[in-house]
Amino acid sequence: MFIHKRKMAVGFVVAVAAASLMLPLLSVGASGAPRHASDTVLSFPRNETVYTSGVAYSAPTAWNPMNLGNIATGTQGLLYETLFLYNPITNGYIPWLAKSGTWTNASTYTIVLRNGIKWSNGSAFTSADVAYTIMLAKTNPAVPYSNLGPFIASVTTPDAATVVVHFSSAAYTQWQNFLWHNPIVNKAIWSGMSAADQVTGANATPIGTGPMLLNAANDQEVAYSTNPNWWGIKDLGLSFKFKYLVDIVNGSNNVELGQLLEGNIDISNNFLPGIASLVSSPAATGQLNATGGYGILTYYPKAPYMLSANTVWLEPNMTLAPMNNLNFRKAVAYAINPAQIASVIYDNLVDPANPTGLLPNLNPFISKSVLKQYGFSYNPKLAKQFLKASSYKGQNITIQDPVGWTDWNTATQVIVQDLAAVGIKATAFFPEYAAREANLTDGTYDFALDNNAGPSSNPWSYFDRVFQLPILKKQTAQLNWERDNNPAAWALVQKLGTIPSTNVAASQAIYAQLEQIELSTLPEIPLWYNGAWAQYNTTYWKDYPVSTNAKDQYTPVMWGGWLGNMTTVLALAQLKPVG
Amino acid sequence: MRRYLARKLIIYVVTFFVAATIDWLLPRMVPGNPVSLLLAKMNLQPQTYNATYSLYMKAFGFNRPWWDQYLNFWRALLHGNLGVSIYDFPKPVTSVIADYVLFTLALLIPAILLAYFAGNKVGAMAARRKSLDNTVLPVGYLLTATAYPWLALLLAFLFAAGGIGHFFPISGGFSYGLIPAWNWAFMWSLITHWFLPFLTLFLVAFGGWAIGMRNLIIYELESDYTHYLEALGAPSKLVRRYAYRNAMLPQLTGLALQLGVIVGGAVVTEVTFAYPGLGYLIFQAVGNDDYFLLQGIFMFIIVGVLVANFIIDIIYVLVDPRTRVGISGA
Repeated sequence: MFIHKRKMAVGFVVAVAAASLMLPLLSVGASGAPRHASDTVLSFPRNETVYTSGVAYSAPTAWNPMNLGNIATGTQGLLYETLFLYNPITNGYIPWLAKSGTWTNASTYTIVLRNGIKWSNGSAFTSADVAYTIMLAKTNPAVPYSNLGPFIASVTTPDAATVVVHFSSAAYTQWQNFLWHNPIVNKAIWSGMSAADQVTGANATPIGTGPMLLNAANDQEVAYSTNPNWWGIKDLGLSFKFKYLVDIVNGSNNVELGQLLEGNIDISNNFLPGIASLVSSPAATGQLNATGGYGILTYYPKAPYMLSANTVWLEPNMTLAPMNNLNFRKAVAYAINPAQIASVIYDNLVDPANPTGLLPNLNPFISKSVLKQYGFSYNPKLAKQFLKASSYKGQNITIQDPVGWTDWNTATQVIVQDLAAVGIKATAFFPEYAAREANLTDGTYDFALDNNAGPSSNPWSYFDRVFQLPILKKQTAQLNWERDNNPAAWALVQKLGTIPSTNVAASQAIYAQLEQIELSTLPEIPLWYNGAWAQYNTTYWKDYPVSTNAKDQYTPVMWGGWLGNMTTVLALAQLKPVG
Repeated sequence: MRRYLARKLIIYVVTFFVAATIDWLLPRMVPGNPVSLLLAKMNLQPQTYNATYSLYMKAFGFNRPWWDQYLNFWRALLHGNLGVSIYDFPKPVTSVIADYVLFTLALLIPAILLAYFAGNKVGAMAARRKSLDNTVLPVGYLLTATAYPWLALLLAFLFAAGGIGHFFPISGGFSYGLIPAWNWAFMWSLITHWFLPFLTLFLVAFGGWAIGMRNLIIYELESDYTHYLEALGAPSKLVRRYAYRNAMLPQLTGLALQLGVIVGGAVVTEVTFAYPGLGYLIFQAVGNDDYFLLQGIFMFIIVGVLVANFIIDIIYVLVDPRTRVGISGA
């Protein structure tokens, strides 16, 4: 009897253990994962699926293009589209939902839409949708482009394909940015939402105009299937050779590297240290796909391997001594050797920054004479001279960046050594990401490594970020975190916004002035360009964008602003299955 | 019996109240503001930023005074509402946890039960066989002293990344490209992804139980009642059975104490394997200052550990006759 009971107990334990193993199955269908009704696949065939990663750091839960902080990969670009796209590689605009857009006079902008575009629920995409989306800037202060609201007087729609925007005062640059940044939403759907839901709602059954449809989502991934009715197939002759695109939520860096090398991921937009040593060289035959090795490709076959995505700069807190002293900032600027950081820490995956910090696509806006006269470079001897002339009295200063950002953390150690070599005592300080964000917002830091100026089609956003006034007690919006109080520079930035983009000479003159102010006062010390990290596995797909293919000069990056605003969709349309 | 349980229940209710209060307070003491973290990714102009900021502050109730937030926390909690996740915005915390908790339970229940039973059995056997003891003791010490993430990395290297072979997947809860469904492909994928994290938790806990049981059995075999039984000529099988039953009691108490430690081990193990359980979720919630999610997960763990302890209390009464005597005598 006793033995019998014990056997039963053992059996019970094993049964409970085995049964609980299958617990995750209970979540099937319960997690509210949206499924596209017509599609009943249970797994995605490998040769019809492109796997991407490096974008999502949380489970896909929202497909609202007005919510820029927490949306599933693909919401912008694959589901919702903008009027224009911007190509940072060729520095040009591509008409997208719009066929054309022109300033008909100084305060009127006319958009002509493509014909025959349909929303994914079958209804027609018309000028009313575009007009409604633009007017949201006036009616809902929380939409991401509500800064345009005060400049817009009215929007009219003479016919289903024409939108006329009347401005009350000029905001050329901000309008230009709207055209390629902000996706158009469906009027019928959005006008039925509360103001809060328009911006923060989950929009779990998204109705877009884009090339793909939401297929499925769970905590690990979001999956899209191609939209057979997408306008681009007929209008632009573009078609996806894959049927599904699955974006994987990020694990750690080493997990991502393993998945890429094993061929489980086709396009990885993770920063993978050391990837340069794994990159295969394109074969000399003109065949652009790698042979041998791991079959890994990057945009450039050699250094810097990646396109540039944003500027990493050393941000001084200009309200504190000695950072408020120009000679001290100059001493710091001349003491640091970004070329060494690029080669030693990044294995040449990044390029040292131009002293203005403007990204390479903005080169045409940089005044060569200003750069020559005011630019700085690594020069410890000059650094020592500036330091002598400064108010620095040997105090210790800290340089902050988030703990666990290993590349930045090691770069900071190098900077500390560079500064020590000219006689500046500095220590590295690595708080948690959230704490460091709070420190920058509150101004409780000496120096910080930072990269909050992303890609743009003109330098306006960059200088807006550097010189924005007024300075608040809490600098929340990531603008002017260095707290540079320079009303003259800020007046120039504001003036720039009112100059038509067609008046190149006038805007160039102001950009030159801003560059001169920036270089001679050093509110930021630009160091290197973070890469648009992208590495491709060539096991299942080929014809990824590479610098050596003149016909495929598109962005290989799935990050929100790149997929949605730049040319990643065009790059995806070039992919072909291997074999 | 009823008085014993009533007394225990009161203790549990007070524990729950204190733990829940700490649970509410702790995330709010972390520096930084979750809303500004959320908005930092958006690159907004100042006027838009302010409008969006107040929208989110209102949505999360952060615009209210702290005492009102605290009262509201209890009000919502009693309605089973844990708020909205910031990291998985705008998903409610309860449904985020519902997605992840099943993976954690699938990991923890077999790991705890099997390690406990296997550990006790092997420990008891080691106590009476010198040859077995010579291997179980050092291996047990080694396993129980091993840090979870280290063992996890070692197993991942050996069995997933090709150290010995590519037998198991390296990360995730199931294969990319599979849609969760009741079919063999998905179930097999679940099992292969589950195995290494399970093994990590199992091995470390197993070592602890085996050593504990071995020592207790040796102690029991040296006690007076054992010698008395032996002097009476009782068969050694009967003696061992009595020793085992007596040695089980401290082990059972140990199990109640260990639950919290094992949950902690699950956190780091899940992070190492990017296994989508509550531990992985805690890690993400901390990194994103997600007060509500953290609160919700800890609430879940608090309730889970309290309930498990309560069950162990009851089992204790059932297996130890002395407690029953004590209860009726009290």
